[in-house]
This record gives sequence, structure tokens and C-alpha cells, in this order.
Amino acid sequence: MFDRDKWEEILHTISKNKLRTFLTGFSVAWGIFMLIILLGSGTGLQNGVEDTFNDDATNSIWVYGGQTQLPYKGMKPGRYIRFDNQTYSQLKADVSELQESSGRFYIPGDNDVSYKGTSYNLGVRSVHPDHQLIEKSAVIEGRFINEMDLKQKRKVSCIGTLAQKALFKNKSALGKYIEIQGVPFKVVGIFEDEGGENEQEVIYLPITTAQMVYNGQNRINQMMFLVGDAGIEESRAIESDVRAKLAQIHNFSPEDERAVRIRNNVESFMQFQSLFDNIRVFVWLIGIMTIIAGIVGIGNIMLIVVKERTKEIGIRKALGATPWSIISLIIMESILITAISGYIGLVLGVGLIELVSSFMPPDTPFFKNPEVNFQVAISATVILVVAGTLAGLAPARRAASIKPIVALRDE
Amino acid sequence: MIKLENIHKSYPMGKTSLHVLKGIDLHIKDGEMVSIMGSSGSGKSTLLNILGMLDNYDEGTYHLDQTLIKDLSETKAAQYRNKFLGFVFQSFNLISFKNAMENVALPLYYQKVKRSERNKLAIEYLDKVGLKPWAEHMPNELSGGQKQRVAIARALITQPKVLLADEPTGALDSTTSYEVMKLLRSINEEGITVIIVTHENDIAERTDRIIRLKDGRIIAKEKVDV
Repeated sequence: MFDRDKWEEILHTISKNKLRTFLTGFSVAWGIFMLIILLGSGTGLQNGVEDTFNDDATNSIWVYGGQTQLPYKGMKPGRYIRFDNQTYSQLKADVSELQESSGRFYIPGDNDVSYKGTSYNLGVRSVHPDHQLIEKSAVIEGRFINEMDLKQKRKVSCIGTLAQKALFKNKSALGKYIEIQGVPFKVVGIFEDEGGENEQEVIYLPITTAQMVYNGQNRINQMMFLVGDAGIEESRAIESDVRAKLAQIHNFSPEDERAVRIRNNVESFMQFQSLFDNIRVFVWLIGIMTIIAGIVGIGNIMLIVVKERTKEIGIRKALGATPWSIISLIIMESILITAISGYIGLVLGVGLIELVSSFMPPDTPFFKNPEVNFQVAISATVILVVAGTLAGLAPARRAASIKPIVALRDE
Repeated sequence: MIKLENIHKSYPMGKTSLHVLKGIDLHIKDGEMVSIMGSSGSGKSTLLNILGMLDNYDEGTYHLDQTLIKDLSETKAAQYRNKFLGFVFQSFNLISFKNAMENVALPLYYQKVKRSERNKLAIEYLDKVGLKPWAEHMPNELSGGQKQRVAIARALITQPKVLLADEPTGALDSTTSYEVMKLLRSINEEGITVIIVTHENDIAERTDRIIRLKDGRIIAKEKVDV
């Protein structure tokens, strides 16, 4: 089956029938190419959306103060609900599902941060130590804000890599002092964050220090909690517990949707997850359809090829070709063509995806790192080649059973 | 060389069947040059197909060189055809994408002869039919007579015992026809049995013996007077 003569015969036939070879090859290459592009962009879309969730922990619930809409116990609507340290500790104590937690106190005024007289407008957040987990900040040098900082109201800060770059250029920042609204803070740590440029320009301060030096008394503007591995249902239950507890503490109706705003990240993440399961199924469905179309295409072309070669096959048989030699000639020709063109389609598809991903601006929303699982791509190609061969087998067998007299009859 | 006894052949035509050969007895000796004549529908092509193992027969016996040829498998038939027989057709039946030399060499490919060896032999046989300078030409660059000579070279390259020619001159003008007949005669003189199916009298007269068929029966076996 693998003798050199046979391959020479096949290569000779292929080289003398370029159009036919091209048409067969093109349909295979196109099928694989489309499949790769589909799978690649599906993955890109998924990576992109998952990336937008990478900024923060996905199992979190964020709570903001709002304005009441409903009258309650003789109080008029329109009251502002403001949290304080007590709200924070009471809520934590009473809703047991809330695990790691942090508050944020918004420092009034502008966020000008300066080092040695040059100032930059950067983000300043005053937080609890657990904030590191909630925001997924990765400390690469030094440390994050800790309990000791809070207890002693130390004037320390942990700064993002881009903040460091702006303030200190490329020099070391640890141990240096930066000034925020005239108050000096010692840099004790540097962190990275996957949430994009803005998140890396942030400077974190201990919340107690900030409340003290910026005249915040015990105010907290925003509270954030992790809820472990709670699913959608559980996170909704926690959400309503939190609302009920806050209603009790701050005297508003538990029915009042606007009194506090709650952002349930578990729910939106899970919704995206199921959306992606659907997209993945959809992409696969289209992929399988593409492969089937490819197989039908090959089968069709093989049929035409056999028809076109009927006379040639008849001549070969009259000259002493056995049925098996006819079948193997046609099948091996089709394997050769489909394998090579499948490979070409594979390379072109992967190449295009790589090209797109290298020329795409890194901040393109909802699209990142389109890539193809190589194993999937290879097996798709193999399936197409095998199926194409099987599709060619039926016409080839028919060709082999053609009686030479029929094939040679003059039209 | 060839011995047919009481050969019957019919083709199913829907519910009925068409009885094409109705008991053919025929003996062709080694080294004979015979023509088979008959009008269309007389069964001459069917007879040639049976002789060429391109078709099966229903009844009777067919011996080729003392071998009984009956109910052969496709593979076996292919091997016998390759070993014993050479074919020449009215429409030449050269493979269009192979040049003259490659066409002539093709039967040897099925005998697993090495490429260089078979190409050398092909050139030799092309030389024999006077076409050595055309070895690299494609079939569509050759005239009808040249094509038929390539086909004859191809039929001879396996050194067959019998050469079967189905209307070999049907597509040629008379001058070229006579040249082809001359070539076939010289092949016959080398000891190869030649059987020609034709409906042209002047072609048949250039063979040793004419077998006339009508309605599936042999009506005459005439010696040709030279």
C-alpha cells in the first residue's frame, strides 16, 4: 500500500488534474478554517467577558447607601441612608454568611497625590485589610494595609504599580512618603491589579486613619463582603438578609428598594457563566455543522471525480487494474488531498487568529486572547479527513465495480 | 488458443431478457488473425467482451490457452487480462493526462514493474510502432492514427497471447486504416493471435478468416483468399 510507485502514480494524477485537486482541497481547507475561526472567536469572547470579572472577586456583594422612596414609621421618603462603623460591625455580626469584609470611606475633596512637590490626580481609597481579597489586589512588594495600621491609625499606604510609576518614575517607593491633601503617608507596599489601568493607579489607605485625618468621623460610604461559595439562590437570600438588617438598623421599610443599593456580583457572574455555556454549545453546534457540510462537500466532489474518471478507470481495468488497486488509488488520493488541505486550513485559521490577537488593542472590550484548543483543532481535522475518506469510499467502490465495457462505451 | 463451446449470454431487460448469444462454437488457433463481422445487434461486441473477460457468460465453456475462463472474480479477471490479453479500442482510450510513453507503460505498472524499467520498455515499443520521437507528447497532440499506434504499443507491452481489437479502424480514414492493419498484421506475424471486430469488409478481408455473426449465431466462417 505504501510503495513508492503508487505514490508516484497518485502525485502524477494530482499534478495533472490541478483544478479538481484545488476544488476538493479548497472545500476541506475552508471547513477547517471556518471551524478554527469560530472556536477561536468563541474563546476570545469568553476570555474577554471573564476578564472584565477578573478585576474583583466574583463571589462578592457590594452595598451602597441610597435614598428612601417609601414613608416609614411616620418618616417622610427622601431620607439619605448613611452607613457608619457601627452599621458595618453590626451587619457583619448579624449576617453570618458574610465572610471577608471591607468598608470604603470616600475622602472628600480632590485626590491629588504628590511626591516631592509634583502632584498627580490618582484614585485614593480608604479600606479595611480584607479589601485586598475583595478587589483581588496582588501585592508584589512590601505588604497591604493590616489590622495594626487600623488599630494605631498609622499613616501608611499601599500603591498601585502605575501610581508608583507616575510618582517615583522607576525608583524604589517603599519607605518614601507621599502627600495626600497635605498629609504625608509612608508607602509600605506596591500591588498589581488585573482590572485595567485605573485600578493600578489607586492608592489604598487604612480606613480609620482616613476617617480621622480627613474629618470623616465614623462614616463609611460603601461596604463590601465576600460570601464564600454561595450560588445564585443563596446569594439572593444573603442579599435580602442584608437589606432587612439594614432596614432595622437605619429605620426604613424592608420593601424599599432604593434605600440601599446592593450589587450582587455572584448573580451577574453566574448569569454570564450560563450565557457562556450556551455560547459554547452554539459554537460547537455550528462547528459540527461546518464539519458535516465539509464532509458532504468532499463526498460530493468524490462522486463527481469518480464520474469524471469513469473512462479512465475503465481503461485501467482493461489494462489489468484490480478493483482494490482502483479503490486504493482513489482513496489515497483523497486522503492526501484532504490531509494536506486540512492542514493548510488549520495553519491559516490559527495564523489569522494569532494575527488578530496580536494587532488587537489590549483594551478591546469583551474580546481577549482568541485561541484554539490545539487538540480540538487537530481532532477536527482528523475527523474531517477520515469522514471525507469514508465519504469517498462509496463512490470509489462503485467505480471499482464499473464494468470496463460500460466505462469504455462510446457516447 | 481460444476455444468456445456453446456459449450463451442474455441481458436482463426489465421483466424479459434479451438473448444475445445463442450458442457460439468457435475455435481460434494460436497465431491466427481473425475478424468478427456482423451488423449492430448481432452480438459481436458481446462476444468480444466475453473473449476479453470484460463480461461473464451464462452457459458453455471458454478456454483460453487451455485455462477455463469461467466465473472469475474481478481480481482474477484483472490478472488474466493483464497477463494474456491486449486491447485496442475504436476510440483509442488513452489516458488524457499521461503522455504517450506513460500510457504505454501503464499495463506494466499493474505488473509491478519498476518505473525506470517500464519507461525503457515503453520507449522500445513506441519505437516498434514508429512513434519514438513522440514519446513525450500528450494524446491530444497526436493524430488519430498515431493515437491508435500508441494504443497498440500499450496492448503489446505485456507480451499478450491474444490481441483483441474492437473496431480499431472505425475512427480512422482509409489510408490510416490500412497502415494500422499493416501494423496489426506484422504483430500477428510475430506469433500473437489477433482478433478484430469490424463491420468494414475491406478491413475484414485483410485477416485470415472472417466469422460472420447474425442474431447471436455464427452464420459463416470463411477463409479469406489472398
